[in-house]
Amino acid sequence: MPLIGVPHKRVEDPRLITGRGRYTDDVRLPGMLHAAILRSPRAHARIEAIDVAAARSAAGVVAVYTGRDIAGKVGPIPTAWLPPDSDIKATAHPALATDTVRYAGDGVALVVAESAAAARDALDLIRVSYEPLPAVVEQADAMREGAPLVHADAPGNIAFHWKAGQVSDAVFSGAEVVVRHTFRQQRLIPNPMEPRAAVAQYDRATGDLTLWATSQNPHIHRVLLSGVLGIPEHRLRVVSVDVGGGFGAKIACYPDEALTAFAAMSLGRPVKWTETRTEHFLATTHGRDMVIDVELAGRREGTLEAIRVRNIANMGAYLSTAAPGVPTILFGLIVTGAYTFEHAAVDVYGIFTNTTPTDAYRGAGRPEATYLVERMVDLFAREIGMDPIEVRRKNLVRPEAFPYPSALGLSYDSGNYQRALEQALATVDYLGLRREQAALRGHGRYIGIGCSSYVEISGLGPSEVAGAVGFQGGLWESANIRVHPSGKVTVFTGGSPHGQGEETTFAQIVADRFGIPIADVEVVHGDTARIAMGWGTYGSRTTAVGGSAIAVAADRVIDKGRKIAAHMLEAAEDDVEFAQGTYQVRGAPERSETFQAVTLQAYLAWNLPEGLEPSLEAAAYYNPSNFTFPFGTHVAVVEVDPETGDVKLLRYVAVDDCGTVINPMIAEGQVHGGIVQGIGQALWEGAIYSAEGQLLTGSLLDYPMPKARFFPTFETAFTETPAPHNPLGAKGIGETGTIAATPAIINAVVDALQPFGVGDLAMPLWPERVLQAIEAGRDGR
Amino acid sequence: MREGWEPLKITVNGVQHALSVEPRALLSEYLREELGLTGTHVGCDTSQCGACTVLLDGKAVKSCTVLAVQAEGSEVTTVEGIGSVDDLHAVQAAFWDRHGLQCGFCTPGVMMAAIGLLQERPHPTEEEIRAGLDGVICRCTGYQNIVRAVQDAAGRLAAEQDRAVGD
Ligand code: FES
Ligand code: FES
Repeated sequence: MPLIGVPHKRVEDPRLITGRGRYTDDVRLPGMLHAAILRSPRAHARIEAIDVAAARSAAGVVAVYTGRDIAGKVGPIPTAWLPPDSDIKATAHPALATDTVRYAGDGVALVVAESAAAARDALDLIRVSYEPLPAVVEQADAMREGAPLVHADAPGNIAFHWKAGQVSDAVFSGAEVVVRHTFRQQRLIPNPMEPRAAVAQYDRATGDLTLWATSQNPHIHRVLLSGVLGIPEHRLRVVSVDVGGGFGAKIACYPDEALTAFAAMSLGRPVKWTETRTEHFLATTHGRDMVIDVELAGRREGTLEAIRVRNIANMGAYLSTAAPGVPTILFGLIVTGAYTFEHAAVDVYGIFTNTTPTDAYRGAGRPEATYLVERMVDLFAREIGMDPIEVRRKNLVRPEAFPYPSALGLSYDSGNYQRALEQALATVDYLGLRREQAALRGHGRYIGIGCSSYVEISGLGPSEVAGAVGFQGGLWESANIRVHPSGKVTVFTGGSPHGQGEETTFAQIVADRFGIPIADVEVVHGDTARIAMGWGTYGSRTTAVGGSAIAVAADRVIDKGRKIAAHMLEAAEDDVEFAQGTYQVRGAPERSETFQAVTLQAYLAWNLPEGLEPSLEAAAYYNPSNFTFPFGTHVAVVEVDPETGDVKLLRYVAVDDCGTVINPMIAEGQVHGGIVQGIGQALWEGAIYSAEGQLLTGSLLDYPMPKARFFPTFETAFTETPAPHNPLGAKGIGETGTIAATPAIINAVVDALQPFGVGDLAMPLWPERVLQAIEAGRDGR
Repeated sequence: MREGWEPLKITVNGVQHALSVEPRALLSEYLREELGLTGTHVGCDTSQCGACTVLLDGKAVKSCTVLAVQAEGSEVTTVEGIGSVDDLHAVQAAFWDRHGLQCGFCTPGVMMAAIGLLQERPHPTEEEIRAGLDGVICRCTGYQNIVRAVQDAAGRLAAEQDRAVGD
């Protein structure tokens, strides 16, 4: 029975719905101590003195460490993405500040105590005298002449300057239509529901350190932490099996995990650290925060010709692990979106400020790029008086153009962008909605229709390209398939799912290929002691890259089994075919052996073909030849109340194409979650700093998270255009919703408010902002 | 008994416990740290996320909003107490069937909130479900499959009740 495309129930769920998951904070070990970290309340200050005496002598406190105490023992946290030719100032982040704190939340001291409460209490007993320094929060201010410097060696607070593509001024001066606009991508707080946590256990006799950690990529954490802590890599084991969401925030290597490990090593007892939610707001990376200037040139009849983008990205106080790759490669190379621009150029500045470091947040660069191009298409349409859908129809890359070489040097793999667009429009009844809109306007009601036709880069990615763009790692993925003597199977993957359900989809891939029940397949992930190497889960890469590795390894198992079966059946290897779990001599169904019988023979080795080794196991290290390019069209229908500024979501239609769908139930769930996060950015979410660098939206009380009652039922569908260059045809679905939803919503609201002359709105669309825009439009301002 | 700690008698998932607790310990901390019932999750420190929701004397309550000592003499049901892998509660079965969870971190709390909701409204509309889940945050699912799961669970519970009446 084929298992690809089947909505199989998730195999990871039984433990999770019965409360038997084992998240990092659930780990409890005999003699375990608890750590808490004192964080700077100031955004920028010199540390004059730290007095830890009272804390050290407090009840239950075992140890207190400052930056000086750990000097030479815990190294600074490095940056692992260094875009070339960008003059990058990758100032490593000290695990605890010694002289200067550079953002509110920067770690200053570590307390270890017998209980979490005692550790937290002792934080209040530490006296730090700070000499305040002027802080800078906004990237524009940070670039100003005479602005306070976050790092002395980064003049102008420029962390890096990266460029791609070229458009001559003549293209713009000679263009029929030029539209210019500035967009603000507000800062977001990732907020996976599981806070970050770490538990470290050190065996002094062997020198083995085990670290349970909330990680999307435990092998990357192992290699980075081995350097930070000076532990040989083979002595460090990182375990991240049940992880409660990541959304990019659990990619980075943070000081906190390193400090926890250090404490366990120094004290010879296990140590646990778990951030509070309020701490998460300060100490875990943020997302977005870019100011983006765009110029678009086109022709009056609707053809898009050129796009020029300048992005000023707020990197926070340090360059987090993957951060420099976000506004550059992951943003810059896809600003042309799904359209046939002839010319494109991107100019990106990464700017240091006295704020929490930013890094990947669901979509990482691609939502920001999609936002600008989808908004610009609408602004251009308005400028030339054309329906924005018509502009899309005219300019989307055509199906026969694939592989399509984009103006910025990518090769879009496959697609039928028109099909997704037309299907989404048919689902909402676009023309009917336009009529309804006109009719309702007559009654003082304002509905709007917003479209977003996106393409994203995912399935990260070819390792050669990773190297060329400065990612300090590979982007291939590993798979190891071990068939046990009874024919049951364990699959080891280097992917590290944390909600995406690959224990199920990967079991489906293997069970489908082997013709065995899903229940016979176990998928192991998230443990560096069980999996030799892996690059982890981000960039919608796990099914496309990790799944492909599994498919290749499975085929290797089948090929070895064929040799054994042929020998058992006394047939030529080429005459033996494998289908539905059975090796069979072509044309002779009575001459067959089951997968299980062949496996058993592989282990017994009583009668193997000459020269063939016993056992049945295969590994594959799959290095993709290209990125994958999922695409689709989302349409939002909203109603805006011009009296209150409230935006009501009436309908939301998503047609996504992530190539071959392995499990449509899981894929649909990814779309739902992504849409909600994308709408969250459009309508509610936004981090706000005071001018002094205090995070004003520093808890769930002040930072609005999307709730169930904010949404209608989404209407989702898939088209399937397989990726031509991987064995599964899968492209990736983890981020599409977030990428597509934000501009669809803003386009819809701006469309609704067209009668008021509203051309753009700043996100998030808090009602007072919408009202202001309406009033400004009414006054003709 | 440790100094300053208070005795506490409490029934959790049908088992009586007599332990001492720090007076400031939250019920969520007591369940996780003292009883090792780590299915009750802690996702925040401002009582917003609902991951810690349990049944306290039959009512869905955020266990981080209750001091353990306030639960003296009470009956508490956590996710570990509603069903097991072999014998799932209707809500658990529905969350599994309808893909009502992704990372699973919010899930125990969301399911306990759903049980509370269905006790008050056995046949809720979609709108009532969405409103009834206002006390919980899920960052993964976009809520749609949680809503489907709660609808499905309502049907299962009604069917169970019919069967019970029929018996
Ligand atoms: S832990 Fe968040 S509401 Fe209780
Ligand atoms: S399933 Fe991850 S937070 Fe709800």
